[in-house]
Amino acid sequence: MSAAELIAALAAAVPGAAFEALESADADVTPVILVPVEHLLATARALRETPGLEFHAFSDVTAVDFHPRREPRFDVVYHLVSPHRRARVRLKVRVALDQPVPSVTAVWPGAGWTEREVYDLFGIVFEGHGELRRLLMPDDWDGHPLRKDYPVQLRKDAGTFMPLQVTEEEFRANMERDRTARPRSKDAHG
Amino acid sequence: MTVNMGPQHPSTHGVLRLVLELDGETVVSVSPTIGFLHTGIEKTAEQKKWQQVIPLVERMDYLGPQSNSLAFCLSAERLLGLEVPQRVKDIRVLIAELQRLSSHLVWFGTHTMEIGAITGMLYAFREREILMNLNEHLAGFRFFPSYIRVGGLREDIPRGWLEAVRAFLDRLPGKLDEYETLITKNPIWLDRTRGVGVISLEDCYQWGLYGPIARAAGGDYDVRRAFPYMGYETYDFDVIGASNGDVYDRYLVRMAEMRESVKICRQALERIPPIGEWAVNDRRITPPPKDEVYTEMEALIQHFLIYSQGFTVPAGDAYVPVEGPRGEHGCYVVSDGSNRPWRVHMRSPGLMACQALHKFIVGGMIADVIAVIGSLDVVMGDVDR
Repeated sequence: MSAAELIAALAAAVPGAAFEALESADADVTPVILVPVEHLLATARALRETPGLEFHAFSDVTAVDFHPRREPRFDVVYHLVSPHRRARVRLKVRVALDQPVPSVTAVWPGAGWTEREVYDLFGIVFEGHGELRRLLMPDDWDGHPLRKDYPVQLRKDAGTFMPLQVTEEEFRANMERDRTARPRSKDAHG
Repeated sequence: MTVNMGPQHPSTHGVLRLVLELDGETVVSVSPTIGFLHTGIEKTAEQKKWQQVIPLVERMDYLGPQSNSLAFCLSAERLLGLEVPQRVKDIRVLIAELQRLSSHLVWFGTHTMEIGAITGMLYAFREREILMNLNEHLAGFRFFPSYIRVGGLREDIPRGWLEAVRAFLDRLPGKLDEYETLITKNPIWLDRTRGVGVISLEDCYQWGLYGPIARAAGGDYDVRRAFPYMGYETYDFDVIGASNGDVYDRYLVRMAEMRESVKICRQALERIPPIGEWAVNDRRITPPPKDEVYTEMEALIQHFLIYSQGFTVPAGDAYVPVEGPRGEHGCYVVSDGSNRPWRVHMRSPGLMACQALHKFIVGGMIADVIAVIGSLDVVMGDVDR
């Protein structure tokens, strides 16, 4: 089923949505449809429930950051599969920084962790997600590492684990205290 | 009672932490915590040239490394518009199926060991050692061969390798029979696995579980059949299915899949001519042969260009699914037209399995948690990436 046929099938179920078929290198296997963000949830429901589409299986959601080349900077990319029809589709949603995306967890519960991963690594907020917290990075991490403006060579310690660190003065004081507290006799070594 | 299981627990397959809420011995709720093995491979890959990404993605799912690199290479080749020679396709199929055997042998070994049949582990690792030796013979590296490259293979298969593979394939079916006499009808095994960790096909699909887990629940979705790649449509093999969706059926499906893999390997061996092409004949991607580099100016320039700058990939995005040992693998790559990928994302079957863990174990016994995790065959490197 090509992207044009999918859009035609979706048009009846999601009135008023301006879908766009996008070019991609693998369009023969996976047609790509650009979905307006306000119609994402309705489109997801239609893809799952419309007879003849039946994308029952959730495959993946991820994001791509095009900063600073493009505005709006994020693409949120959904991969869906219809196992018995042997069909795939890729949905894309374009969002700007701090623009929320509706969560599709109500349609496919399997989207839960992958949306958390996108939130964790890109900082994209999914509205209606029951438990939107970090998945891979520590809970107290600053920033979202897969954004293009996140520095690559940043040296940073996670707040949850801090190795014991002392200043040079403290180190010398400790040495001195050890030396005076437990004087080592020359006889001890024979 | 609350029980904290992991992150360092021998049966959590790496570093998976489970906080289990118990009522007696019955599991009331589970909350898995992952991320202990997160190494930022997707971010690192954006800094590397296309060919340099391959060793990185192989380290994601470390029990099926060449299934990762195959997924990445197929996506990158899709963007480049490359069609690799038939011989390369057949060698890749052979490697991918040997990889599946290797991964399933580790699964068999660890799964049986966790349920109490230590012998299974000793037997399975004996056969896997031969596969490791085959990798070493092929590429000089036992675990992460990085042998599949964008545009083909790293180099031609070494002399004697095909014969070694044939000898292994002659040996394995007898050993699989040996495993099955040990386990398949063992009453203790049946008690521990039958009716345990049951999931329905509908739940599998909506929670993103494909591969052996969904096929054990009555599904027939296999990427090799549904969306053939590398010429799988020309191979004769069965998609193995079962219907109960419990731990025992997942065991049966994987065991039968190993026999199917042997079948595919034998067919691939028949097709691979001993000499022939091992990469595309495209000087943008493949370095010229050394004798040309020494004698021709253009070849020397190409050699330097490929080893210093790499090659550029046309702008666009692609996702080619492949059937990995754990289900649908796939690499979503985005290129901006430069010599480094703009974005590399690997779909992780293990992440989905960890996410849906509560579907398998809530309402069951705590001892069954071990059996279920083993039957899901999660690899934490793949989950955390």
